[in-house]
Amino acid sequence: MTNKATSVSPLHPDPVSRPIEEAGPARTAVELDRVGKIYGHGTTAVEALHEISFDIRDNEFFTLLGPSGCGKTTLLRTLAGFEHVTRGVIRLFGQDIVDVPTHKRPVNTVFQHYSLFPHMTVADNVAYGLRRLKKPADEIRGTVDEMLRLVKMERFADRLPAQLSGGQQQRVALARALAPSPKVLLLDEPLSALDLKLRQAMRQELKQIQARTGITFIFVTHDQDEALSMSDRIAVMSEGHLQQVGTPTEIYEHPVNRFVAGFVGDANFIEAEIASPIGAKVTCRTRGGLELQADATKASSGQRDAVLFLRPEKVRLTEPGAGTVNGTVRDIQYLGNSTLMEIDIGEPASVIVRQSGDVNQPACRPGDTVGVVLDPHALQVLAE
Amino acid sequence: MAVQVDVPPLAAPVRKTEKRRAFGEVPGLATLAFGFLVFLYLPIAVLVVYSFNAGNIVMVWTGFSTDWYAKAFANEDIRKATLNSLIVAVSATAIATTCATLAALALARGGSFRGKVVSLGVITLPLMVPEIVTAVAMLVFFANLGLNLGLGNVILAHTTFCIPFAFMPIRARLEGMDTTLEQASRDLYASDWETFRLVTLPLLMPGVLAGAMLSFVISMDDFIITLMVAGAGDTTLPVYIYSMIRQGITPEVNAVSSILLLFSILIVTAYWFTTRQKPGAKSH
Ligand SMILES: Nc1ncnc2c1ncn2[C@@H]1O[C@H](COP(=O)(O)OP(=O)(O)OP(=O)(O)O)[C@@H](O)[C@H]1O
Ligand SMILES: [Mg+2]
Repeated sequence: MTNKATSVSPLHPDPVSRPIEEAGPARTAVELDRVGKIYGHGTTAVEALHEISFDIRDNEFFTLLGPSGCGKTTLLRTLAGFEHVTRGVIRLFGQDIVDVPTHKRPVNTVFQHYSLFPHMTVADNVAYGLRRLKKPADEIRGTVDEMLRLVKMERFADRLPAQLSGGQQQRVALARALAPSPKVLLLDEPLSALDLKLRQAMRQELKQIQARTGITFIFVTHDQDEALSMSDRIAVMSEGHLQQVGTPTEIYEHPVNRFVAGFVGDANFIEAEIASPIGAKVTCRTRGGLELQADATKASSGQRDAVLFLRPEKVRLTEPGAGTVNGTVRDIQYLGNSTLMEIDIGEPASVIVRQSGDVNQPACRPGDTVGVVLDPHALQVLAE
Repeated sequence: MAVQVDVPPLAAPVRKTEKRRAFGEVPGLATLAFGFLVFLYLPIAVLVVYSFNAGNIVMVWTGFSTDWYAKAFANEDIRKATLNSLIVAVSATAIATTCATLAALALARGGSFRGKVVSLGVITLPLMVPEIVTAVAMLVFFANLGLNLGLGNVILAHTTFCIPFAFMPIRARLEGMDTTLEQASRDLYASDWETFRLVTLPLLMPGVLAGAMLSFVISMDDFIITLMVAGAGDTTLPVYIYSMIRQGITPEVNAVSSILLLFSILIVTAYWFTTRQKPGAKSH
C-alpha cells in the first residue's frame, strides 16, 4: 500500500513473443495473502471469499475450480480490479495492487460472454488495448495481425462481432485480451458457452497459446475435466474457502479432504475407525466389520474416525473368494468407453467400480457374486 | 406422383381459415378499428387537401394550387414564427438531451446513492403534471423573478418539459446495455473518460437520438406553455397559427399547419428508424 505511485509505472511489458523464462526457480506472478471479500453489509452480507492465500507462478496455467457460487468469479474480479477486496493483500510480481485501478493493472480478462465491443470491427477490438496504451500505429498494426493469426481469425479482421459465430467471438476475445501482452490473463469460464466438440478443441488451443506466449493464465471453470486436462496447477474452492492447491495428479490422486475427492471425479467413501497406531499404513475397521489396510500419509496423529477414499477405477474385480471381500453386483451402467458397477460389500454405501473395456474382466450381471480387490495403496485415509 | 400433387392445395386453405379466425375473434372489431382510424385521420387529411385549394373559402374546393403555400412563405410573421420555433426547438432539445443523458448515466451507472429512487421520480414526474399547471407555474415563476430573456424564457420553459421525454429512451437504452462492455474497456487500459467516449456513448447514441427527436417534436408543437411564457415578439408557429384562426380561418392556416405536420412526420419517421435498429449492445 505504500509507494504505489513509484511502482505502478513499470507494469507494461513489451510485445507478446517475449522469450520463455530461462530455467531456474519460477517467479511468483500473483500472491494472494489472506484475501477476503464480503458483499453487502449487516444482515445481507455475503462472505464470497474467506482468507484465501496461495501463489501463482509465472508462466503457469493455473485453474480455479469449484462449484457454482464458490467465489471463483469474485476472486478473478478482485484480480482484475472490478471488485475491491474487503481484506488481505494481492501482489502482482511483488507489487501490492489492491489500490491500483483496473485500467492501470497489467492484467487482461477474457469474459464469459466475450463482451466484444459491438460497434467496432474485429481488428479495432483487438487494437483497443494497444491504442489506449498509446503504442505507435505500425506496432499496433503488427501486433493485431500477429494476434489474429495466433487465434486463426486473420480472415475476419473487418467483420463486426455480430457477424461471427460464438466460437469465433471467443477467439477474438482471446486475441483482444492477449494483444496488450498482459502479465497475467484472466479467463472466466471462457469455454462454457461453446458446444462440446468446440470446447474440447479450444482446450488444446488455449493450452498451446499459453505455452507459446508464456503469459500466466488464470482460468476459471467448474468443469473438472477441463481443469484436469489443461492446468499446470489447480486451486479447488468451496463456499469461499480454499480447499487444496496442487497439480492435477495431486488433486485427483491425493485429495486432501472429502470435498475435493468428491468434486474432482467420482469417489468411493468408506467410513471406518482406525484400529492401529498411525503410520504410513494403518489398519481400519469399517462399519460393516471389514479390516482394511489403508494409506495414512494424510491422517493426523490423534485421529480415530476416518473416511477411506478410493477412486472407482482403482477397484479390481476378481473371482469370488479371491478378493479382499466378496460383493453382490447391484447395478451395471454401460458408458461406452467404460462400465460403472455398483457392488454391495455389506457396507452402508455400496462401492462403485469403473471397468474400462478390458476383455479379461469377468462378465457379470446384476445379482452375481464377485470378489472385490481393495488395494491398500489406492485406499487412502482422508484428513478430517 | 398423385401424392405430391395433393400437397400444395392442402396447405393453402389451412392458412386462410386461420387468418379468418384471427379477425373474426371479436365481431365488428375490424369495422370499429377502421371507423376509429377515419375519425382520427380524416380531419387531418381534409386539412392537408384543402391547403392545396385554389379558392379562399375554406371548405369549397375550386381547384388545385400551391398559392397558399407561396403566400405563407411570403408572410414575414410566419417566417419569423417558424424561425422562432426552430431556434427554441433546437436549443431546448440540445440542452434537454444533454441533461437527460447525464441524469440517465448517473442513475444507471453511478452506483447506488441516497435519493436514487426519488431522483428518478422527480425526473419523470413532469410527464404526469397537467400542462396548464406547468404553464401557469412557469408564468408566475418568470414574472416573480422578473426574468425577461425574450426567446430565452421560452427555451428555458421548453427545456424543462423536454427533459423527461428525452430521458425515457436514453434510460431504456442504458438499462439494456451490458455493463461488462464498460468493464472490458477499463480492463483494456481505458480511463473512465475514454470508456465513456469510446464505448458507452457510441452504444448509447440510438437512445440519445431518439430522445432528441422526441424532444424536438414535443417542443415544436407545444402550445399552452409557449402561449403563457412567450412575449410579443417571441411567438412560435403553433401560437401564431392560433392567432391566425382567431382572425378567421383561411387556407393559409391550412398550409402552415400542413408544414408543421410535415416536420413532425419527418421527425417521427426518423425516430422510428433509429429505435427500430437492432440494438448494438447484445444482451449477453
Ligand atoms: N455483486 C454481488 N453482490 C452480492 N453477492 C454477490 C455478488 N456477486 C457474487 N455474490 C455472491 O458471492 C458468492 C460467490 O459468487 P461468484 O460469482 O464469485 O461465484 P462463482 O464461483 O463464480 O459461481 P459460478 O460458477 O456460478 O459463476 C455467491 O454466493 C454470490 O451469490
Ligand atoms: Mg462465475
